[in-house]
Amino acid sequence: MAIADVALSTPLAMQVTPADWPGGYWWHWLFFTIVIIAFVLVMVMGAIYIERRGMGRMQNRLGPNRTGPFGLFQPVADALKVLLKENIVPTTADKIVHWLAPVVAFTPVLLIFAVIPFQNGALLADLNIGILYIVAVSSISTVGVFMAGWGSGNKYSLLGAMRDIAAVVSYEIPLVLAIIGVVIVSGSLSLNQIVNAQDIPYILVQPLGFLLFFIAACAEINRSPFDLTEADSELTAGFHTEYSGMKFAMFYLVEYAEAIAMSAVITTLFLSGWRGPLLPPWLWFILKTLVVFFVMVWTRTVLPRVRIDQLMGLAWKFVFPLALINLFVTAAEVIIWPDVSQWYFVIANIVIGAVLVFLWSRIYKPGLGRIEV
Amino acid sequence: MKFENFGLGIAKGLAVAVSYLFRHAVVSQYPEQRLNISRRSRGNELIWSRERCTGCATCAKACPQGAIEIVTATDAVENKYTVKTYRVDTGYCIQCGLCVEACPYDALFMGYSYERAKYRRAELVQTNDGMAESPDRPVSGYFHPDIAAKLPKQTLLIEKVVEKRK
Repeated sequence: MAIADVALSTPLAMQVTPADWPGGYWWHWLFFTIVIIAFVLVMVMGAIYIERRGMGRMQNRLGPNRTGPFGLFQPVADALKVLLKENIVPTTADKIVHWLAPVVAFTPVLLIFAVIPFQNGALLADLNIGILYIVAVSSISTVGVFMAGWGSGNKYSLLGAMRDIAAVVSYEIPLVLAIIGVVIVSGSLSLNQIVNAQDIPYILVQPLGFLLFFIAACAEINRSPFDLTEADSELTAGFHTEYSGMKFAMFYLVEYAEAIAMSAVITTLFLSGWRGPLLPPWLWFILKTLVVFFVMVWTRTVLPRVRIDQLMGLAWKFVFPLALINLFVTAAEVIIWPDVSQWYFVIANIVIGAVLVFLWSRIYKPGLGRIEV
Repeated sequence: MKFENFGLGIAKGLAVAVSYLFRHAVVSQYPEQRLNISRRSRGNELIWSRERCTGCATCAKACPQGAIEIVTATDAVENKYTVKTYRVDTGYCIQCGLCVEACPYDALFMGYSYERAKYRRAELVQTNDGMAESPDRPVSGYFHPDIAAKLPKQTLLIEKVVEKRK
């Protein structure tokens, strides 16, 4: 509430909010709250459909196609099934923590969407520190995951939750460093202004930053190949082993909502958000988000799950140094040539990124060598 | 220098995965689409000819599972054995086809059936005239090359996987 207040009192928010907005603040709040919740739920259903069908086709099978035309109602059927199931709480569980965990995990994901622009100025709160807010809020999900792992009273759950903490702590740093590169180029922390500044999509201006952000985002939200938290083959289902019924549905929702949120953040930061020709801006935004999500599904299909030591090694030996160098190079470029066309940066950064990835691949190979602890 | 260790390997894997996206999936949609069964298939039911059977019980002796039960009686007028009961518990049958191979009078054949799941074990038992050949229970060409030669040529593949259900 206080945050939204600050945002709306800034001159920029006043400028982008339509002047004839009926009722002003509270209608704005109500409208976008409903839009965000509906957006998240619908997109999660779409995401589940894309993931199951897309992954199925890439694995030479069809995926679910029995429920409705082309299996479109499969997520609905899944949701109905899982909501009607019995809620089982283990006797060894810490009841309150176990009960609270799904809520704590889910809320931050919704909060992320508060600052993501669906089109120019169409967002719940145009914070001038939007991306910092996302970094701060998105990590809270981890607390929910850890509460689930601890509250279940099960060693596998706890192991999964601790792996999640380790992954998030390690990958938060390169994630933020990659974001800072974008912030330096665009000169703003507000997501709406970052999108407005993207005459060239920042995936071209910051190719290495995009790659590192994508890896770090996948690790942060536990997508394959970094889904050690739920590693089915070792930890059964990790932190949500002991969850069933509606609470399991919440975690399932969190998993995909996080993926959609990260896709939306990547879209906003690197793919010029809602900007695009012909189609309406919000449609561009949704399309780009789905494309990014599809790339996540794609990498999930192709890459095998890494070990925990490989995960840590990748974070600290590959992603982190490259993110630092990328930040340094970007900052140097912006300071030394402030008035040069960004197209020169595009060429220079693609070359620099390729060379850096090549060099670091020689130094560090995740497949080789085992870290002794 | 091999570039597979420098990101090219991942790119190749991604390309392979996406190429599968535009291919027909190899799966068949089972209840609507079925793969053709081989002409010499050993299905899980037997087809028995009362006319040719002499009641010698060679099949029963050949059966490793002891699934075949045969009761014969002497027919003094015709001076031969008549089969009173021929009963196969296909719940025991392992579809080895030894009974068909053992039969000296070509009275026993394998069938094509593979969807014989039942609710009760007793329903799996085939008896007497329930085992006769009929249009919906055709005889397989297993161990009978003359029968197999008469059956139409076929492919074991299905043409194309389509999503639409009939």
